[in-house]
Amino acid sequence: MWDYLKLAGLGLVAVCAAIAANYARDLAYQVNAITVMLAAGIAFLWVLRTAGDPKPNVQHEYFDSVVRAGAIATAFWGAVGFLVGVVIALQLAFPQLNFEWLHGYGNFGRLRPLHTSAVIFAFGGNALIMSSFYIVQRTSAARLFGGSLGWFVFWGWQLVIVLAATGYVLGATQSKEYAEPVWYVDILITVVWVAFLITFMGTLFKRKEPHIYVANWFLLSMILTVAMLHLVNNAAIPVSIFGSQQVQLYAGVQDAMVQWWYGHNAVGFFLTAGFLGMMYYFVPKQAERPVYSYKLSIIHFWALIFLYIWAGPHHLHYTALPEWAATLGMVFSVMLWMPSWGGMINGLMTLSGAWDKLRTDPIIRMMVVSIGFYGMSTFEGPMMSIKAVNSLSHYTDWTIGHVHSGALGWNGMITFGVLYYLVPRLWNREGLYSLKLVSWHFWLATIGIVLYASSMWVTGIMEGLMWREVDANGFLVNAFADTVAAKFPMYVVRATGGLMFLTGALIMCWNLWMTVRAQPVRATQHSAVPAE
Amino acid sequence: METYSFLRHLADSWFLLAMTLGFLGLCVWAFRPGSRAMHQEVASSIFRNDDRPAEANPAQKEA
Repeated sequence: MWDYLKLAGLGLVAVCAAIAANYARDLAYQVNAITVMLAAGIAFLWVLRTAGDPKPNVQHEYFDSVVRAGAIATAFWGAVGFLVGVVIALQLAFPQLNFEWLHGYGNFGRLRPLHTSAVIFAFGGNALIMSSFYIVQRTSAARLFGGSLGWFVFWGWQLVIVLAATGYVLGATQSKEYAEPVWYVDILITVVWVAFLITFMGTLFKRKEPHIYVANWFLLSMILTVAMLHLVNNAAIPVSIFGSQQVQLYAGVQDAMVQWWYGHNAVGFFLTAGFLGMMYYFVPKQAERPVYSYKLSIIHFWALIFLYIWAGPHHLHYTALPEWAATLGMVFSVMLWMPSWGGMINGLMTLSGAWDKLRTDPIIRMMVVSIGFYGMSTFEGPMMSIKAVNSLSHYTDWTIGHVHSGALGWNGMITFGVLYYLVPRLWNREGLYSLKLVSWHFWLATIGIVLYASSMWVTGIMEGLMWREVDANGFLVNAFADTVAAKFPMYVVRATGGLMFLTGALIMCWNLWMTVRAQPVRATQHSAVPAE
Repeated sequence: METYSFLRHLADSWFLLAMTLGFLGLCVWAFRPGSRAMHQEVASSIFRNDDRPAEANPAQKEA
C-alpha cells in the first residue's frame, strides 16, 4: 500500500515537473524542472522495481548504509568544492581565465556562489548529515528512526545541491549571501530538513541510553536553528510559479539585518555548533578517552546558544543599521570569545595524558590542528567585529582569510579526521590503507591553510590601508585599480595554498578508496558487512 | 506604544534579565551536588554500543 502511495506521489511530481519545464519562463528554471523530472522518474523506477520485496527486520542493526553514502558524498563534494575554489582563486589572480566563451556562465561572479555553497552546504552539509546519523545511533543505542526516511534525507539533500549548483551557473539566485537558492529550492530544503529533524528527534525519543550525550545537543541545536533561520531569511514571493524570480518580503535595512542574522548564524550553528557535535563525539573516540570536562561542555553549549544568535549585526558596521544594533552585535561577538575558547580547551584537554598519540596517530593530529584553527579563528572573529578594527578589515581580503582559516582549518580538518575515522569502521576494514598518505594530506593541508591565511592578512591589511590613505590636501592617494594591482603576488600565493589543500583532499580520496578496495576485512566476531 | 518601541524596551530590560538569569541558572545547575557521577557516566557512554543497538546485545549491561 505504502509503495503504491510512493509511486503515485513520484509519478505526480515527475508529471508536474515536465509541465513546469514546458512552461518555464527562464533557462535555469527549465533545467531545474527537467532535473526534478529525471530524479522523480529514477526514484519511481527504483520503487517500482523493489515494490513488494520482503523487508527484513533490521532493528538489531544500525542504519549504516546511509552513513556510507554520506561519507562518499562528503569526499566527492569536498573535492568538487575545493576545485572550484582553486579555479576562482586563479581567476582573481589571472583575469584572463574568465574566458570569453564562458561569459555569463563560467566567470567569477557565477562560480563564486557555486564554490561557497559546494563547500558549506554540499561538503559541510553531507558531513553533518553523515555524522548526525552515525552519532545519534551510537549514543542512543538505537537504529535510526523512520525506516528509509534517512535515504530521503540523503538523496533529497543531493538533489538540493544539484538544483542549486546548476541554477547558479545559469543565473538563478536570490542574491543573498549563503542563501542564494531560489524559492522552489528553498521549499525543497525545508522539506528535507524537516525529514532530517524527524529522523534525528525520533532516534533520540527511542534511545536506550538514559541520557542524551552532549554531541547530540549541538547537532539538534544546529538542525532546529538552521530551520528557523532558513524560514525567516527566505521569506519571498515568487514572481511566477513557472520562473525562478522572487521578491523578498523585507526591504532595505531590515532585509540586510535579517540576511546577516541568518548569515552569521549559518556560520554559528551550521559550521560551529554542528561541527562541535562532531568534535565532542569523534575526538574522545579517536583518543579513546572521555571528554575532558562534561560540565564545561554543558556550559560551552548554553553559552554558545545564548550568545551566537545576537552576533549578526557585526557584518553591518557603519551602515544604515542603527548604532545600538551594531554595538549589540559587536559586544555579543566579543563575549563569544569565552565559550569558543572554553570549547577549544575542552577538546584539546581531552588528550591530556594521551599527548603521545600526536606523534603516532596522524588522525588525532588532524583533529587537534582543527581545534587549534577553531580557537584561532574564534579569536580573530571577535577581534574583527570590534568597530575600530572592522573599519580597516571590512570589505578587504582579511575577511576572506578569516573565513578560510575557519572553514579549511576547523571544518575541513575535523571532517577529514572524521572521514579517516569512519571509513574503516563503516566498511569493516582493518585500518586505513596508508597512514603515510594521511601524514602527506595533513602537511599539505596545514601548509596550504597557512599560505592562504597569511597571504590574505597581508593583502587585506594592505588593501584597507591603501583605501583610507589620504594626502596632505585630503584627497585619496590610491585608485581602486592600484590596490588590485598591488594584490597580485598575494593572490598567487593564495591560489598555491588552495591548490595544496585540494591536492591533500585528493590524496585522502585515493587513500579512502584503497581502504575500501584493498584492505582486509576486519576480523571480529561479526565480521560480515551488514546486509542492508 | 507602538510594537517596535515596546519590543525594543522589553528586549533590553526584563527579557535581558530573564535570559541572563536563565543562563546563570543553567551553569549553576551543571555544578549541582551529585552531578559528577552522572556526568562521568554520560561522558563514557560513547564507548559502548559501537557495533549494534542495545537490545540486540545481551552482553551489554543495563545502563
